[in-house]
Amino acid sequence: MAEQIQVPTMAEMMAKGEIPEVLFWVGCAGSFDDRAKKITKAFVRILNNAQVKFAVLGTEESCTGDPAKRAGNEFTFQMQAMMNIQVLDGYEVKKIVTACPHCFNTLKNEYPELGGNYEVVHHTQYINSLLAEGRLSISGGSFKGKKITFHDPCYLGRANNVFEAPRSLIEKLDAELVEMKRCKTRGLCCGAGGAQMFKEPEKGNKDINIERTEEALETQPNVIATGCPFCNTMMTDGVKNKEREGDVQVLDVAELIANAEEL
Amino acid sequence: MLTYLPNIVFLIVLVGAFYLFFKNVSKIRRNIFLGKDIDRTDRKNERWKTMFRVALGQSKMTVRPIPGILHIIVYAGFLLINIEVAEIIIDGIFGTHRIFAEPLGGLYTAAIHFFEILAVLVLVSCVIFLIRRNVLKIGRFQSAEMKGWAFKDANNILFIEIALMLALLMMNAVEANFTDHESQQFVISSLLAPLFSGLDQGSLHFLERFFWWIHILGILAFLNYLPFSKHFHIILAFPNTWYSNLNAKGRFDNMKSVTDEVKMMLDPSADPYAAPPEADPNAAPQRFGAKDVTDLSWVNLMNAYSCTECGRCTSECPANITGKKLSPRKIMMDTRHRLEEVGANMDKNKGEFKDDGKALLDDYITREELWACTSCNACVQACPVNIDPLNIIVQMRQYLVMEESAAPQELNMMMTNVENNGAPWQFGQMDRANWINE
Ligand code: SF4
Ligand code: SF4
Repeated sequence: MAEQIQVPTMAEMMAKGEIPEVLFWVGCAGSFDDRAKKITKAFVRILNNAQVKFAVLGTEESCTGDPAKRAGNEFTFQMQAMMNIQVLDGYEVKKIVTACPHCFNTLKNEYPELGGNYEVVHHTQYINSLLAEGRLSISGGSFKGKKITFHDPCYLGRANNVFEAPRSLIEKLDAELVEMKRCKTRGLCCGAGGAQMFKEPEKGNKDINIERTEEALETQPNVIATGCPFCNTMMTDGVKNKEREGDVQVLDVAELIANAEEL
Repeated sequence: MLTYLPNIVFLIVLVGAFYLFFKNVSKIRRNIFLGKDIDRTDRKNERWKTMFRVALGQSKMTVRPIPGILHIIVYAGFLLINIEVAEIIIDGIFGTHRIFAEPLGGLYTAAIHFFEILAVLVLVSCVIFLIRRNVLKIGRFQSAEMKGWAFKDANNILFIEIALMLALLMMNAVEANFTDHESQQFVISSLLAPLFSGLDQGSLHFLERFFWWIHILGILAFLNYLPFSKHFHIILAFPNTWYSNLNAKGRFDNMKSVTDEVKMMLDPSADPYAAPPEADPNAAPQRFGAKDVTDLSWVNLMNAYSCTECGRCTSECPANITGKKLSPRKIMMDTRHRLEEVGANMDKNKGEFKDDGKALLDDYITREELWACTSCNACVQACPVNIDPLNIIVQMRQYLVMEESAAPQELNMMMTNVENNGAPWQFGQMDRANWINE
């Protein structure tokens, strides 16, 4: 890690009379989950490196309400949404980037009707735009020639038709992108969505993340890449279950970029 | 008088068949509109395009190339060959024979050649379909919900189509042997003609009529079979795709009634004792989510009648693949079966529904199925007629959570955490930014 990361909050920016280009919505996993925090920091290093003037809400951020909504609790969801919208509008936020597809989907698709209108992008889309604007550059780095397979998060892919943004980043690493049998629109869920992350699965003959991990391992990858902290957890557990953590890494696309550039 | 007997019999059968068909279709229509209102009339251009692409163009069928192409053959063949039904009906009413032959001339001959080739392709495809279901036993046709009527229904349809195609070819083959008036030779039936070459002209004429009647009676019987079958999708696929959801699949509807309440709760200036605006004192108390079919939207209910029972949804469902009870196809079949039960109940009670103590929840769809869903949208993506099983699952979860507080214990904890700590886990709101300095 080269230098200390810089993470200004909205409140601090406001106090200095500054307006950030973009708000980084960290999300619950990105804020609290030990594994996901690493993804958060990797993305911050990318933002710092590209000298993006961004801010986070810090302690003023709250759950988007996604897991409550998917579980069927519309009250809790809308309470969360309205409170978040009040905070976001208070800071006159226009553009949001997030590394969590669930936050991405909820903010982008479900908040507008409740009064929250923002331009919302996933971090893989945002990194692509930084590259396009020449604010960031990637060379192959440590992943050159490695085999990487990408697991499509349901709420990024099928739910919002973002399939190319993460793939084009992987290709920029000079790595070999290998697709699983079920990919893109037909990608298999990791098993975490719809609030499943927070409960034991129903009775069956296999866990969904094991099924998906087996499929990923069939491609003989060095890295299983994802773009979602929950998929990351599920696939990491799957790889451990298969006792392959020695030779297969599970990494977020942001970590791939940050590690390749040794940011 | 006697010479007109066949014409009169034909007319009676024809009118009777259409009457019965429209009667049963209007029942389905009534059942569908037992569902709640939902507006799906925006973006008309996009809707027409979706319908042409998905229903007429069958764009989602070829994701699986073998059944996809076979299905397109049967579908196109069946549609085109049915153009001939127009002629059959006119011939039947007026006692004419191949009324279009003369005015259309060479075009007519070409058309019949073409129809005969199509008929063979349809026939072969149907035989392959039968083999896939009954001999190869393709996985997605073997699930629990495919036992009994669903299994028979699928085979019935294929047998009927094969019989109809055979009748058409045999009729032409018999006619190829006619010597008393100019008989035409068509590409396939001329090959079959020798089968009947030994017969005298009288028997030939009898046989020709026989196959003609089999063909048209078969078509009319098939027409009346549709409303009781998954084959009704050949009609409903069109409105079903037209009215399908055009928004991003991840976007779930926000419940309007909840929005009003939440706004009140968050608005410090709101009068907590004010009566809710425009409350209709006669309206039945609104239920959150869906317990029975009448709580669902009419689009959900049309979905149920449009389901082809193909199982593409179920075979892509992560829960089903890993052995859970959930099967999105079963969700749709259950919804249809319950709706048919409600409809039959109304028929029996002069159009009023008499409480039968049953509901879609628990009597058809179990809680275990509902909680196994990951909301991954694979089923919605896979459905060749744009059915949305996930939407029904979510509405039933809403009922469980908001009306019965009957979520699994771990989910209740998660929701309490979201309410109290602003995160699904037990972390304090004030620790949310700790990662920055860790
Ligand atoms: S959304 Fe639910 S029912 Fe549909 S495929 Fe995914 S897990 Fe299965
Ligand atoms: S819901 Fe769609 S995919 Fe599933 S069985 Fe019915 S028609 Fe097939």
